[in-house]
Amino acid sequence: MERMNIVITGHVDHGKSTLIGRLLADTHSLPQGKLESVKAMCAKNARPFEYAFLLDALADEQKQGITIDSARVFFNSKQREYIIIDAPGHIEFLKNMISGASRAEAALLLIDAKEGVAENSKRHGMLLSMLGIKQVAIVVNKMDLVDFSEASFETLKAEYTEYLATLGVKSDVFIPIAARDGVNLIAHSELTPWYKGPTVLEILDNFKVTQNPEIADFRMPLQDVYKFTADGDDRRIYAGTITNGEISIGDDVVFYPSLKHSTVASIESFNTSVKSNAKVAEAIGFTLQTQIYVKNGEVVAKASQKPPHVAHRFEANIFWLGAKALQKNKAYKIKIGSAKSTVYLESIKRVIDGDTLDKANEPEVARHEAASVVFRSHDALAMEYFSENQKLGRFVIVDGYDIAGGGIVTDIFEESGQDILPEESFEDELFMLLRKHFPHRFN
Amino acid sequence: MNHLEKLEAQSVYILREAYRNFPNLAMLWSIGKDSTVLLWLTRKAFFGHVPYPLVHIDTAFKIPEMIRYRDEIAKEWNLNLVVGQNKEALARGETYVDGLDRLSCCKKLKSDALKHTLDGTWARRKYNPHLGTWEEEKNGEAYTGVIVGVRADEEGSRSKERVFSARDEKSEWDASTQPPELWNQYKTDFAPQTHVRIHPLLEWTELNIWEYIEQEKIPIISLYFNNGSGKRYRSLGCFPCTAPVDSEAQNPAEIITELTSGKFKDIAERSGRAQDKEGGGTLEALRKEGYM
Repeated sequence: MERMNIVITGHVDHGKSTLIGRLLADTHSLPQGKLESVKAMCAKNARPFEYAFLLDALADEQKQGITIDSARVFFNSKQREYIIIDAPGHIEFLKNMISGASRAEAALLLIDAKEGVAENSKRHGMLLSMLGIKQVAIVVNKMDLVDFSEASFETLKAEYTEYLATLGVKSDVFIPIAARDGVNLIAHSELTPWYKGPTVLEILDNFKVTQNPEIADFRMPLQDVYKFTADGDDRRIYAGTITNGEISIGDDVVFYPSLKHSTVASIESFNTSVKSNAKVAEAIGFTLQTQIYVKNGEVVAKASQKPPHVAHRFEANIFWLGAKALQKNKAYKIKIGSAKSTVYLESIKRVIDGDTLDKANEPEVARHEAASVVFRSHDALAMEYFSENQKLGRFVIVDGYDIAGGGIVTDIFEESGQDILPEESFEDELFMLLRKHFPHRFN
Repeated sequence: MNHLEKLEAQSVYILREAYRNFPNLAMLWSIGKDSTVLLWLTRKAFFGHVPYPLVHIDTAFKIPEMIRYRDEIAKEWNLNLVVGQNKEALARGETYVDGLDRLSCCKKLKSDALKHTLDGTWARRKYNPHLGTWEEEKNGEAYTGVIVGVRADEEGSRSKERVFSARDEKSEWDASTQPPELWNQYKTDFAPQTHVRIHPLLEWTELNIWEYIEQEKIPIISLYFNNGSGKRYRSLGCFPCTAPVDSEAQNPAEIITELTSGKFKDIAERSGRAQDKEGGGTLEALRKEGYM
């Protein structure tokens, strides 16, 4: 069965967990006896039953009454299997919301009909757009609190549409619901006779699993090079996951940024029939006709196709989650594709705040802020524009030991004068020796 | 790509990420179907090789066939097997069979044994696949990265896990302070004294596991199948606390039928595990202390 990751996000108390719980119950996706046991537990503790309790699997989560992490919930429609990521709404848990949302192919963004557009409704809308999630439906919950009024719904729709437009996000799907009562979740309700659009389940089934096709040129970030000599295997295998295009035996490949090149001799795999080619999303390995020494993290492309960009400086939209603000002239680590390098914040073009939008001349990017910035990396990095190739156009920034921010590449400042170099055997041998004796310096 | 190919590719990527980033890496092998699938995925990721040791915690109450199967596979697949055990608790008779409650027994024979085997403070028994011999290792180096076959669909607290999940020096896990994971970028930088659990099977379901076993013809332990008694194990553990279920399924294909349309549709996998049921949130409590 086809599978899709969706995220459900929105401001705290706007009813995400209730929506998910109700969807699970109404589509009979709950394990046998789960609904009854949660109801029994509520009765025992003299608490009114709520659908949200179905999701509150963690003991301490129920105590606090808020969703702490992005739980994964499995759920089936007639058409496909969903993994619903229940992303928390509290601002302190924004990093969890982002972790959840970054795995998603589509999103439902919940807004409370009575409270209207809240700070996090804006922030989440912005983050979804930065994460590259283009399929977003806005679900207006708690319509019972505004007497299922079409006018209230239209006002809210107009307000949020205007906000989304400022982010360059277009969403024309707004669904009025009352999650607790199951209104417009899997069937249209008599309470909203004026609403003719899709139900929540219909919109989920309408989302597409494969989004806009990305570039077809072959790309593979080199994750590692293996040689298991101790086990009597002398294959030197260049391993990674193909992010774009496909590769076949006999293809000439170039590694960026080193510009080392060779020809694919074999596609390696375990417990499959012999492979002569491999395509996008496969985690593969290949051997080359000549032994070349390249670094983990280089990007492999075909000599016959358009190369990726190589640069030290680039502009990006980032969101910052670190406890310490992102500052200029401090060394951070960047991870992009499989590459790692030291990186410095060169300049801040503007800071985007969830509430007010756009502040210029900010000295730093504080926690939970988004910004448009320029980075300068110590090593040359192969990368692409996020708008052209998401997988090589997005990155994370590590501060100390933790991922403290994520971003997407919006502009690349390439240096000129790069050509494919002749192979230098001395350099190669030195590199091989260094790699052998200091393997962890090469990660 | 079908859904199994996608899951396989993602797990392979995670295993390679772990191998690249952790000099002292190990994988837990419980002999059960999930960690055996993980072992198979390791061979996929590394082209037939298993480049890190496999740690098995022997509570001394495992079903005997599990130990026989373990040693056979270790020999056949050239595995660096590392076995740990809480010898003191066993010697002192501090077990469920001797009258201790189930949760305390789990803590001593599994969580404590695991913790001290991983950090090297207790002796480990090591199998050398090249010589086919066992030797004892004292004061071994701590494993800083540990690959574990937990799945998000198994049970509540496991659905909160990150793919790369840090434990502090006390092996404790705090679900609410985990750093973010973005796209395919995981937390691979760590302060000294922390160790990390790596979960390549988080997105797999019980059904996916059986579909993959069927597709790849993975030699899974036969306790999972009805060998004529009308019973089989759905989940493996210690014999005093794990009960077989009534089932006619004799192979992976029949188990898949049973899970999708038969008697186990909508019935939780761990329903035969007694320790999950003692009080609310107990597995969560055990996991905070390092239980898998």
